Amino acid sequence: MKAPRFAYIRPESLDEVLELLAEHGDDARILAGGQSLMPTLNMRLSRPRLLIDINRIEELKGISFEDGTVRIGALARHGEVMTSSIVAEHLPMIAEAMPHVAHVAIRNRGTFGGSIALADPAAELPACAVALGAEFVLANKRGRRNVAARSFFNGLYETERADDELLVETRIPAIESGYRSSFMELARRHGDFALAGVCCHARVDGNVLSDVRLAYFGSEDRPRFADGASAAAEGKAWSEDVKEAVKTALGDDLDPIGNFHASAATRLHLARVLTGRAIDRMVAAG
Amino acid sequence: MEEFADIELTVNGEKIAKRVEARQHLVDFLRIELGLTGSHLGCEHGVCGACTVRVDGSIVRGCLMLAIQADGADVWTIEGMSDAGEIEDLQEAFIARNALQCGYCTPGMLLTSAEMLEAGRKMTRAEIREFLSGNYCRCTGYHAIVDAVETVMESRFGG
Repeated sequence: MKAPRFAYIRPESLDEVLELLAEHGDDARILAGGQSLMPTLNMRLSRPRLLIDINRIEELKGISFEDGTVRIGALARHGEVMTSSIVAEHLPMIAEAMPHVAHVAIRNRGTFGGSIALADPAAELPACAVALGAEFVLANKRGRRNVAARSFFNGLYETERADDELLVETRIPAIESGYRSSFMELARRHGDFALAGVCCHARVDGNVLSDVRLAYFGSEDRPRFADGASAAAEGKAWSEDVKEAVKTALGDDLDPIGNFHASAATRLHLARVLTGRAIDRMVAAG
Repeated sequence: MEEFADIELTVNGEKIAKRVEARQHLVDFLRIELGLTGSHLGCEHGVCGACTVRVDGSIVRGCLMLAIQADGADVWTIEGMSDAGEIEDLQEAFIARNALQCGYCTPGMLLTSAEMLEAGRKMTRAEIREFLSGNYCRCTGYHAIVDAVETVMESRFGG
């Protein structure tokens, strides 16, 4: 189908964007990569009065590393994140996740900030942000605030971002020495939305796990940090028994939503299997 | 704030200036305003890849980008790529391998394959399949398309 009518503006500065958001709020939509917004417009699931195209705002671009933190600008394209040497070195989980994010032509346009702000429950990057303890920087006309990834996602496409706010960047702590990450996903076609996915991050000493962080996507209405499963592995030497304990605990952490792609039981089963494999691989990687 | 705007861009090497409606996506602009009907629309929501065009050197979903956003951009479609001869060997390999039947997906397949070839190296069949995973073909079962791309990689970058 064709998109409904809307007005379009392409501001040259961040101040101008924030001014427009203050004025138009929910009547406006931010157009970054457009890889999720445009389908909803073409299918007429969304009818904003105004699109604010932020693609030419320089300060929203780029990826940098400083003081143990990687800053990913809202406009960093997926393709750019995928090939970034900073990401490869300091955020191996994200580097591993990127090839699963859609397809080449979509990665050439889609943005990191867009994926976070949209909060699709099947998307990889929100769950990576939750596992890695990322912070999102939100700006409005009056100032800026940082929101932790774990308290940012409120539900299906719902986040802490207010209508007058723009997500300007994501700040992610670089992986520390002794830590490892592992990312796994199952989808029907490579690059399609996940049926189940897991992000693991932990300190691995020999085969002993600590500071274990397990986050899931493609399960329910938001990325889910698995408190119980993470705790079940904490301080343990990885073994088949611990694996079973983690899988059992996961049943209390996750409450998957079934649909015609996969039932709730299938999704939980897949999440359990992926968790075992992901931690196996993380431990073996040493 | 306007629902129309004047844009200037380069399409297949030719400078174009047009007034466009904000809601018109790039492929409708190419097809309707410029008569370049080689870029196709399948799903019109970013799944099928039939609308693939090259913008500023990289392939994009032409149905997920507004024409108005292409203001100042360098756009290439299958028409221009064919005329420029850049993918002649690829096109010949598609014919030789029978890598198309109805042809609807072919322009998108060729543009995606062209970007793959820009990496300048031979890829495994699994890598080729992964790179093409954003382009649907409902006729060939992909095998022949992978064959064609592999053939060109072999001839361009050696066995």
